[in-house]
Amino acid sequence: MVRDAIIKVTGLNCYFGSLQVLKNLNLEVYRNEILGVIGPANSGKTTFLRALNRLNYLNVSYSQDGEILLDNQDIKNISDNILRKKIGIIFALPQVLPVSIFNNVAYGPKVHGITDKETVGQIVEEALKKAYLWDEVKDRLNEPAVKLSGGQQQRLCIARTLAVEPKVILYDEPCSGLDPISTAKVEDAMQQLKQDYTQILVTNNTKQAARVSERCGFFLMGELVEIGETYELFTNPRDKRTDDYITGRFG
Amino acid sequence: MNAAKIREKVAFSILGLITLFVVAPILLVILYILKNGISTISWEFVTQAPRNGMKEGGIFPAIVGTIVLIIGAMLFSLPVGVLAAIHLVEYARDNFFTRLIKLSVVNLSGIPSIVYGLFGFTLFVVFLKLGTSILAGSLTLAIMSLPVIITATKEALESVPASFREISLSLGATRWQTVRYCVLPYALPGILTGTVLILSRAAGETAPILFTVAAFYLPRLPRTVFDQVMALPYHLYVISTQVPNMPLKLSFATAFVLIALVFLMNLVSIILRAHFRKKKLW
Repeated sequence: MVRDAIIKVTGLNCYFGSLQVLKNLNLEVYRNEILGVIGPANSGKTTFLRALNRLNYLNVSYSQDGEILLDNQDIKNISDNILRKKIGIIFALPQVLPVSIFNNVAYGPKVHGITDKETVGQIVEEALKKAYLWDEVKDRLNEPAVKLSGGQQQRLCIARTLAVEPKVILYDEPCSGLDPISTAKVEDAMQQLKQDYTQILVTNNTKQAARVSERCGFFLMGELVEIGETYELFTNPRDKRTDDYITGRFG
Repeated sequence: MNAAKIREKVAFSILGLITLFVVAPILLVILYILKNGISTISWEFVTQAPRNGMKEGGIFPAIVGTIVLIIGAMLFSLPVGVLAAIHLVEYARDNFFTRLIKLSVVNLSGIPSIVYGLFGFTLFVVFLKLGTSILAGSLTLAIMSLPVIITATKEALESVPASFREISLSLGATRWQTVRYCVLPYALPGILTGTVLILSRAAGETAPILFTVAAFYLPRLPRTVFDQVMALPYHLYVISTQVPNMPLKLSFATAFVLIALVFLMNLVSIILRAHFRKKKLW
């Protein structure tokens, strides 16, 4: 079966200074899938994510070569702010701005030039609904976002990303600071978002990858060891290192 | 009580005494000025122009002059200083040129104020033909204040969490939008308090205004920015040393008004800081 690839990565090498953190990465991300990315710390998962929307370049020592295509267009030729509007990211720790719940979500539309109050209000409501947060916050949109619980904050971050209407959403260990119930709610939101968005989930939690993703890749020391259907990868890994990692026999 | 405890007590007592030595001069100066000057302070003193060879009347033109100069200095130094700091923190790459600028800023703050005064005289008064004027004096005070405003702004910007910038950039905001909406609002308290503090220092400076704006005796109020004005610190110098048979209590009263003005500005800065700290949400 040939599937439609929204992102194609070819020969990607990433460096921080002289340290190479990703080595010759080749992979495709299919439209509307949830791609899980697992691997131990320092395996290059986060660098891979942040290479996709060029956030790595915030670090001045960063450099990369290779090619990343988004809808067949080299991301080098897309300006940063347009690219990041198309590829949103959810960070590991819920990071909200110290403004109201409403203004957190409305920030994206605002910087992209949407000023009409009614339109912004609709966008905010829709985004909060898609992130499964609307019912919990609809009566207190003007309260400071920092008052929300960790799980709510993380869903607020998802809503904030949705409000700029991205095509791809990157999750960088989105549940590492959350309790199991909050985690379940974030995962529910991800399942619902599948119809409209392509999602890449980097996680330290192999069980989460198994629950949520359709395909999964295993990174180790800057290399993509293997990538395939999640069920296959977890039940019948081709590489011994993958087997060792998912069964917890590592190191 | 064991020996270690006793030693600690002795050490703390010495430290306390030394602290007292720091506070004592300030308190003594204030008390001394208050004691000698308070009897002359009256409504008339702060609202009337000097009369009879400055031996009578008030110091109103000097108060107005100092306030005008401070506002002028702020108008020039605040935008330039803040924009320079934004460039240094948010945009500039770490290269030779940037390091040169940072080094200049540090060194500028160490230059004696009389040098600024002479510099302002040659550049603004003579070369740019502004004459001895409010404009020239304000610009000189502004240049003197710049390094402190840049440093204060830099520190305020750097204390804004990096995550705010990441959030904003990750949502597709441009660098300028990020600075404008996600960094500056949170750096503003630090910028304002730093600015008020240095301007309160500038209010008391004599050397920078000596050749650039200050008038010996000019009872009428300024009409344009090309007028000269009287200013409190220079007026104090004049009546204390340049006019024979000047009643001493006038000097003390003038000093009191100047100190009160500076304290008032510092108070504003403290209140601002307290107000913003209460609203701080991260």
